[in-house]
Amino acid sequence: MSGSSALARNSSEPARASGDVRLSVEQVSYAYSANPAQAPLFTLEATSFQAKPGEIVAVLGPNASGKSTLLKLISGALAPLSGRILLNGFVTHSLTPRTRAQRIAVVQQESTLLFPARAWEFVLQGRHAYGRSLRFESQDDILIAKNALAQVAAADLSDRWMDQISGGEKQRVILARALAQQPLLLLLDEPTLHLDIAAQIGLLDSLRRLAAENRYTVVVVTHELNLAAEYADQVVLMQRGRCLRVGPPASIYQRELLEQVFQTPLAVELGSHGRPRVTILSSA
Amino acid sequence: MRPLTLRRLLLQCLLLVVILFVVVVVALKFGAVPVSLYALGRDLLRVLFGQSSQISTDYGLIVVNIRLPRILLGIIVGAALSVAGTSFQALLRNPLADPYVLGVSSGASLGAILALIAEPHLTVPPLFAALLTPLGAFLGAAATIAAVYFLGRREGQIDSTTLLLGGVITGSFISAIIMFLMSTLSGSLRGVSFWLMGDLSTPLQKSIYWFLGIGFVVAAGAIYTTASDLNLLLAGEKEAMHLGVDVPRVRLVVYIAASFLTGLAVSVSGAVGYVGLIVPHVMRFIFGSDHRTLLPTAAIGGAIAVVMADTLARTVVAPTEVSVGAVTAVVGAPLFIYLLRRRLA
Repeated sequence: MSGSSALARNSSEPARASGDVRLSVEQVSYAYSANPAQAPLFTLEATSFQAKPGEIVAVLGPNASGKSTLLKLISGALAPLSGRILLNGFVTHSLTPRTRAQRIAVVQQESTLLFPARAWEFVLQGRHAYGRSLRFESQDDILIAKNALAQVAAADLSDRWMDQISGGEKQRVILARALAQQPLLLLLDEPTLHLDIAAQIGLLDSLRRLAAENRYTVVVVTHELNLAAEYADQVVLMQRGRCLRVGPPASIYQRELLEQVFQTPLAVELGSHGRPRVTILSSA
Repeated sequence: MRPLTLRRLLLQCLLLVVILFVVVVVALKFGAVPVSLYALGRDLLRVLFGQSSQISTDYGLIVVNIRLPRILLGIIVGAALSVAGTSFQALLRNPLADPYVLGVSSGASLGAILALIAEPHLTVPPLFAALLTPLGAFLGAAATIAAVYFLGRREGQIDSTTLLLGGVITGSFISAIIMFLMSTLSGSLRGVSFWLMGDLSTPLQKSIYWFLGIGFVVAAGAIYTTASDLNLLLAGEKEAMHLGVDVPRVRLVVYIAASFLTGLAVSVSGAVGYVGLIVPHVMRFIFGSDHRTLLPTAAIGGAIAVVMADTLARTVVAPTEVSVGAVTAVVGAPLFIYLLRRRLA
C-alpha cells in the first residue's frame, strides 16, 4: 500500500465529483460575553465561504479579527449563534466527538505533554476515534500511523521522545497525527508560528502536496501574508470580527485594502507565477 | 513502533501478581508472633480446602483470623487509592495529584465521621446502616474534589500550582474540623490518628469485605473503560475533544468513580497518604504512561505497597504498632518534594 493510498479515506459517503463543495460556511456568527446579561466582548459577524476537496483556504487578519473563533466554529468546538457549517452536508457541531474526529483534524499551535511520549505513540492518538475504548491498536492503525509519519518526512522520528525533538520536527509529528485521523477537513491554527523560515516552507509544501494527493480540504489561520499568497487557493480576509473579502489571493491582495486592514504601509507586487507578494514599508 | 498488546499487558500484570503473592506470604510470616513457613503453608492449604476447623494452633488463628483479613484490607485499600491517584492525575492534568495531597482523603474522613455521628439518630435497616460510613466518605470525597477543582481554576483554566495549594489548604482546614469534632465527641468513633493518618488494624465484618471488593471492581472497571480517553485527556481537554473523546462524559465517570474509590478506602482505613502518588509514578517509570497499562499495574502495585507498608508498620517497633499512613508518608513526602522540584526546574 503506498503512503497516500493508505491515508486516503475509505469513506462510506457517496462519491462526489471533485468540483463539489465539501465545506460550506453559511452566514455564521458568534458572540463572546463574560456573562449572558452583559453586552458581548467580541462578535463575529455573519461569515460565509465555501471550499472544495484539495483546496487550501487561508484565513488572514490582524489580532482579534476573529480568525481563531472562525476556526473553532468550523471545528465544531463552538456552536454558532446563527448560521451553520456543513461538511459534506452534515452540520459540524452536531456530530458526536467521535464522528467529528473521523472527519475533522485540528492542528493547534502548541501541543503540551504531561508525561513523556514517543512520536509513534503520539501519532497513534490520531487513531483513537476509530477504536473502541479498550481496543488495542490494529495492524491497520499501525500501518496508517507509519504512513502518516512517512508523508510528512518524519519516519526517522518514530522512536524519538516528543520533548527531545526540534520545534519543526514536532510540528511535523503533530501534522502526522492529524493525517492519521484520515480527515476530510484539516484545520491549522498558526502552524508556522514558532518555526524558522525553512521549516515554514517545508510544512506548507507538505500541506500543498497532501491536499492535492489526499484531497483534504485545508483551512489555515495565519499571520504570514506572503506564505498565504504563495500556498492558498482562497483567502478569507478578516477585520474586527467581520469577514471583509473572500477570494483568490490575487483579488484580495490590493494595497489599499491590506493597508487599511493591517494598519501599516505596504507594497503589493505580482510575482512571476501570478501570485502577489507583499513588502512591508517602513513608516519612517 | 511497539503498541500495547493484550499479551504484554497480561504478562506485566502477572509479574506484579507474583510479586504481590510473595509480599503477602512475607506479611503473613512476620509480626509480633513469628510463624514458620511450613506452618503457614499447611494452614493456608487447610483454609483453601475448607478445613479451617483443623487449625488448632494459636499461630494458625493469628495468621487466618488476624493477619489475613488485614492483608486483604491492605490489598483493597492500596489498589483503590492507587487507581484513584492515577485517575485524579489524569483528570486534573497534574502529576502531583493524589487523594491525600488534594485533601480528598480528609474530606472522605470527615464525611465518614459525620455518617457515624448521624447513624444512631437515623432509622435505617441494618444492612444499609453498614453502608452509611462508605456513603458518607464518598460524598465527602466528591464534595472536596469539587471544591478543590473550583479553587484551582484561574480564568477558566486549571492552574496546577493553585490547585495543589487549594488542595493542601482544604485538607488542613478539614483536618482541623475533624480534630475539633473528635475532641468534643465521646471516644467511640475511633481515634483521631485513624482518620488523619490511617491504619488497617480495625477488624471488620465479613460482609464489608464483599462490599469493598465489589465496589472496587465496579468503580475501577468504570475508570478502565475510559483508559485510552485518559491518555488523550493528558494533552488537554480541547485537544482530546478534537481527537474524538467525549470529554464531559469521561470527566464525569472518572470524577465519580475516583471519589468513590477514595471514599471506599478511607471509610475502612482512614486517610492513608501518598499511595496514590508514589505507586502511579513508579509504575509509569517502569511500564510507561499508557493508562491501559497504568491503571491495572497501579492497582496491583498499590496493593503491594500498602501490604508492605503495613507489614513494616506492624513489625518495626513490635509489639507496638505504627500507623500505616505514617510509613507511607515517610516514603511519600520526600518523593513529592522531589517530583515538585523536578517539575519546577
